[in-house]
Amino acid sequence: FVPGLFNVPQATPVAVFKLSNDFKEDANPKKVNLGVGAYRTDEGQPWVLPVVKKVEKIIVADNSLNHEYLAILGLPEFRSSASKIALGEDSPAIQENRVGAVQCLGGTGALKMGAEFLRRWYNGNDNTKTPVYVSAPTWENHNAVFANAGFEDVRPYKYWDAEKRGLDLDGFLGDLESAPKHSIFVLHACAHNPTGTDPTHVEWMQVAEVMKRRKLFVFFDSAYQGFASGCLDKDAWAVRYFVTQGFEMFCAQSFSKNFGLYNERVGNLTIVARDSDNLKRVLSQMEKIVRVTWSNPPSQGARLVAITLNTPELFAEWKDNVKTMADRVLLMRASLQAKLQALETPGTWDHITQQIGMFSFTGLNPKQVEYMIKERSIYLMASGRINMCGLTTKNIDYVAESIHETVVNVQ
Amino acid sequence: MITECHPCNISGCSWWSEVQMGPPDPILGVSEAYKRDTNPKKINLGVGAYRDDQGKPYVLSCVRKAEAQIAAKKLDKEYLAIGGLGDFTKACAKLALGDDNEVIKSGRNITVQTISGTGSLRIGANFLSRFHTEARDVYLPKPSWGNHTPIFRDAGMQLKAYTYYDPKTCGFDFQGALNDISKIPEKSVIMLHACAHNPTGVDPRPEQWKEIADLVKKRNLLVFFDMAYQGFASGDIDRDAWAVRYFIEQGHNIVLSQSFAKNMGLYGERVGGFTVVCKDAEEAKRVESQLKILIRPIYSNPPMNGARIAATILNTPDLYKEWLGEVHGMANRIITMRELLVANLKKEGSTRNWKHVIDQIGMFCFTGLKPEQVERLTKEFSIYMTKDGRISMAGVTSGNVGYLAQGIHAVTK
Repeated sequence: FVPGLFNVPQATPVAVFKLSNDFKEDANPKKVNLGVGAYRTDEGQPWVLPVVKKVEKIIVADNSLNHEYLAILGLPEFRSSASKIALGEDSPAIQENRVGAVQCLGGTGALKMGAEFLRRWYNGNDNTKTPVYVSAPTWENHNAVFANAGFEDVRPYKYWDAEKRGLDLDGFLGDLESAPKHSIFVLHACAHNPTGTDPTHVEWMQVAEVMKRRKLFVFFDSAYQGFASGCLDKDAWAVRYFVTQGFEMFCAQSFSKNFGLYNERVGNLTIVARDSDNLKRVLSQMEKIVRVTWSNPPSQGARLVAITLNTPELFAEWKDNVKTMADRVLLMRASLQAKLQALETPGTWDHITQQIGMFSFTGLNPKQVEYMIKERSIYLMASGRINMCGLTTKNIDYVAESIHETVVNVQ
Repeated sequence: MITECHPCNISGCSWWSEVQMGPPDPILGVSEAYKRDTNPKKINLGVGAYRDDQGKPYVLSCVRKAEAQIAAKKLDKEYLAIGGLGDFTKACAKLALGDDNEVIKSGRNITVQTISGTGSLRIGANFLSRFHTEARDVYLPKPSWGNHTPIFRDAGMQLKAYTYYDPKTCGFDFQGALNDISKIPEKSVIMLHACAHNPTGVDPRPEQWKEIADLVKKRNLLVFFDMAYQGFASGDIDRDAWAVRYFIEQGHNIVLSQSFAKNMGLYGERVGGFTVVCKDAEEAKRVESQLKILIRPIYSNPPMNGARIAATILNTPDLYKEWLGEVHGMANRIITMRELLVANLKKEGSTRNWKHVIDQIGMFCFTGLKPEQVERLTKEFSIYMTKDGRISMAGVTSGNVGYLAQGIHAVTK
């Protein structure tokens, strides 16, 4: 007697985690992990931000704090300060009381909540046929988040031009023009994952014009604010521009990378609505979705972020920590490009310094990627995506030489 | 359905014009209403969160110690695996199934870390919805935790019920339950509360559990245990897990949700586990791979903080011992409050039979109060509870039990 669970097939493992596993098992002392998207110091170590350590001590010392449930939508001081980070302190939308937020489990959780809400309430009720557009390529989990929320039609919009190694603006605008009305578009606020290629301001303005005219829904994914340029405001330019253009929109924020709080699952779904009445009703329905998914969000990470953002000296220190991370990435970009140029590696390598954020789309093809992994023990995604944070002053020569050897020997 | 006006730059026009205002959550909404009340005598008997005898939240001493130990280790904040912290999930399974359980030894369970009990139930519901395609019906006891129904429904399952609570006795309707269970179609999912039934506080006795296990086996049902109060019911971890362990012994391959919100006071840290007992280790691997596929598009991987605290407590002998003592203490305070409440009701002159208040077990008491009486209690006395007459005994203190008895007597005399 064994009821139930027959026919549960083995699922294929998530690629990025398999890569990390394979790296772990590799015995080559020269191995380099350019896979998973987490910051590393120049010693190749994870980095708990100094400001985070400070705030953790504050929390431990505060006997008035306990482990009680947060409200369904999360910690209020976290939600409001997180939204301010995205939209700017003096955002007119905030002043007009039409900005709200849901504290979620990381950026993924924020995307999930937004997706579930849209499926239930956008473009009709439970309209699972509304097309959801994600960039080609995009973070692989985008597809699953929206599909699992019930959307039947998740499709790519043109984004990356492999030949010129940059943004396919015409393709992007073309897809915006031909998308069915009310389609949902998932836009990367900055530091596009995996390509590291962002639209310029002028290009964003063109995107916004089409989206407004064609009544398309704006859903920003902001996982790297601060991490791209080192400046929070600069990295939020696109999000804020769209707000000035009057869009009602969602912005899924992650504090995994810019706070280094990966495993505390700190995210925020910022909602910009037409007015406070619409906002109120939206939030009330968000509560229903939260309640059947996780009831209420975890408190530790949100507390950390809230205390930091709401305490001037800590806020300043955080911005500094963020700049430290962004600067190291910029340094590695410059370094890698310089070395490849010095080696006279075939091809152009400007894209390495033109791209922004944690990732770089090297342009290596799958065969070349396989060579890098098998012959050089350098682990990167099949797409040719590398995590710049995996580079250090100690391994960058080996990586540059390896890329050179790979490009020369493998076509 | 969508209006043709465009949201941008046209005042008043919104994507969300048709979005209705959602009603307040029937359980969590009670606390929110309580917070707004300015009456100094107000009592919150709504949500199941433990309070000490001063009515204050209680951070367990073993939790504080674990936190100090963890802080000293200076750990990093790297992502956990999708299935969570290994030290936690192993200990979580052992706690439920017992250290020497054959299931764990043979590796035929898969236990993943979840976002407390709700997250565990949701993952379970999603898993059954996707893979238990033989039957779409989940049978809940009547009544059950209010959030069970929307969780399973949202996951695409259908909800049915089996008789459980007897309002005449304020106890367990054993025959009624057996009757209903005997008619449940084969392969349906049956939800059982492992201990400290929520909301009634009414648990089957061991002999009754044995008969239920037998009948469930005959009916070939898939058992989903919800264990949110291990330790809280009797004060004894093993006693509270008896039913779960018995069913497994009898050959049921159950699925199990666990929460550490109450028994470790880790409410807001969201610590829970979901276990599937499989037929062998190979099946467990397949199931694990599919659970990961379900989890990733919801939140990628679970939060570290609470799981780390729980793991530290469960895996450090003197902290574990201290924890057992504290859980026992919390359970005892609740038992004392039950006795005090009944004594005070008698003192008020109530002639009703309040024996069930003492017979029921765990955090909650199903008072037997009707919605109108509950409403009066809230409006006239600022005593907050859920509409079904459920009160959280954890919210009762020696300081407020007199007032509570007054109120209950006033609306029931």
